[in-house]
Amino acid sequence: MKRLIAPVLRTLIVTAVLLSLIGSLLGCGTTVSPVTTIVTGPATTVTVTPTQTAGVPATTVTVTPTQTAVAPSITTVTVSPTQTTTPKPVNPQLILATTTSTRDTGLLDVLIPMFQNQTGYQVKTVAVGSGAAIAMGQQGQADVLLVHMPDSELQLVQSGAGINRVLIMHNDFVIVGPASDPAGIKGMTDPVAAMKKIAMTQSLFVSRDDNSGTNGYELSLWAQLGNTYKGQNWYISTGQGMGATLIIASEKNGYTISDRGTYAAFQKSIASVLMVQNPAVMINPYHVIQVNPAKFSGINAAGAQAFSDFMVAPATQAVIGSYGLVTYGQALFIPDAGKTEASLGSK
Amino acid sequence: MNLIWQGIIEAFQLLIHGNREMLRIAALSLEVSLGATAVSLVLGIGAGTAIGLNKFTGRKFIISLVNTGMGLPPVVVGLVVMIFLWRGGPLGFLHILFTPIAMAIAQVIISFPIITGFTSASIQQLDSKLRFQILALGASRFQIIWLVLKETRLPLLAAVMAGFGGIISEVGASTMVGGNIMDQTRVLTTAIVMEAGKGDFGLAIALSVILMILVYAVNLLLTMIQQRNKAQ
Repeated sequence: MKRLIAPVLRTLIVTAVLLSLIGSLLGCGTTVSPVTTIVTGPATTVTVTPTQTAGVPATTVTVTPTQTAVAPSITTVTVSPTQTTTPKPVNPQLILATTTSTRDTGLLDVLIPMFQNQTGYQVKTVAVGSGAAIAMGQQGQADVLLVHMPDSELQLVQSGAGINRVLIMHNDFVIVGPASDPAGIKGMTDPVAAMKKIAMTQSLFVSRDDNSGTNGYELSLWAQLGNTYKGQNWYISTGQGMGATLIIASEKNGYTISDRGTYAAFQKSIASVLMVQNPAVMINPYHVIQVNPAKFSGINAAGAQAFSDFMVAPATQAVIGSYGLVTYGQALFIPDAGKTEASLGSK
Repeated sequence: MNLIWQGIIEAFQLLIHGNREMLRIAALSLEVSLGATAVSLVLGIGAGTAIGLNKFTGRKFIISLVNTGMGLPPVVVGLVVMIFLWRGGPLGFLHILFTPIAMAIAQVIISFPIITGFTSASIQQLDSKLRFQILALGASRFQIIWLVLKETRLPLLAAVMAGFGGIISEVGASTMVGGNIMDQTRVLTTAIVMEAGKGDFGLAIALSVILMILVYAVNLLLTMIQQRNKAQ
């Protein structure tokens, strides 16, 4: 009997010890330094890992890029430790429901650690897509939202579940498609007219159909055409995120709508070509909305307000405005705090 | 084809150079799944033994429930656990949604029927005369259970491996109740889906390779225990 216990116990103990060693080496727990990977060019990769020393909280990496004519490059990397005492809010747990685009472009990987360092909040960033995030807000399952689906956002505010809707930044949508361009829309600047041509030529169109912000924009275009897409065999629904949808559109030689940032990230992997762009018209605005603490119990109202204030702060807006210059040679988001949505079109 | 080859090359480069975030994701995968397997091992072997050794009314019905549980879709478990744990839900006051604990709970629920089903089936398969023989030798109830478990070591460990394999490769429930939050609840499977969705196929392949290595290592360990020479 003892012959079986000993070896089994031995292996279990060894496994447990190994795991705890790995765990402690990686510093499991609430204070973990973020890893920031910055790609400087096609081949080289610079990984800046702020080290965590006792008594000093996780450091912030500030990247100040300069744009040269030849290629984007990092000229200054400043690692400055923040104040020696991190503020401790009363309720540090904050649930942020947001879109997949803010996560996939890597913007939140930069902003969230900044916010956590400055305020001491522990953010649970749940990236589920604008529609799902707004649904979470409708049920009081999140404290604050960062989304880009204007129609649904307005409904949320009207229902009283969302308050203090604040414009943070915007970028634009583009229509991409096969190089052969069967619908003949390349170079057009009117997105509604382009969609009309796609429908008239019955060219393959690939839709996300996942209740996301991008899908919401696509549906708003179809709405102006009398929803002629419904039930047609040239219209496919993927139900998936932007990346997967771009790949499917590329494989099937179809048209699709994408945000510029994700398309820029996928450009080298897919065959689709830029067809229609118009930064003044095809605007994709992002808002922060706080969930109404008067309507639901357990909402971290202080944390939500702190996040909203952080996103419109000048320092944060500067980071947003320079994000993407290094990796893609173009800023992925344009900061807009303080502006009205109507003024975005007149650029 | 070029993309796949590029991805594999990138995977090996990443594995060789190591990457703090990748290690952390792998460590969390192991912690959550091994912890959940340990818990459902204790619960499952206990329940399976109780069902296998005792005859009681409704036994067949209970066994049919357990067998249904073995085929329970993990994503359904994830959805139900999420509804229970979110704010306003019956267990919302625990505030454990989007934590590794919630993921472990979902994984215990997924693997418990598997281990229970295998255990009770393997005990039922034992020769019934064995128990009388042990009783005749003057064994206590506890000794009967212990000797019966020793006899069924092979299928028992197969059950544990099936349970572990099922939950470490599970992605739907882990995403729903964990939230795939960086540095908090991101495990190998959820990271693979995310990186593939972002087009970072090299990283996705690298994480897949790590996952396969971990699954193989754990199963190698368990197989060695399972196949230990009986004649000692």
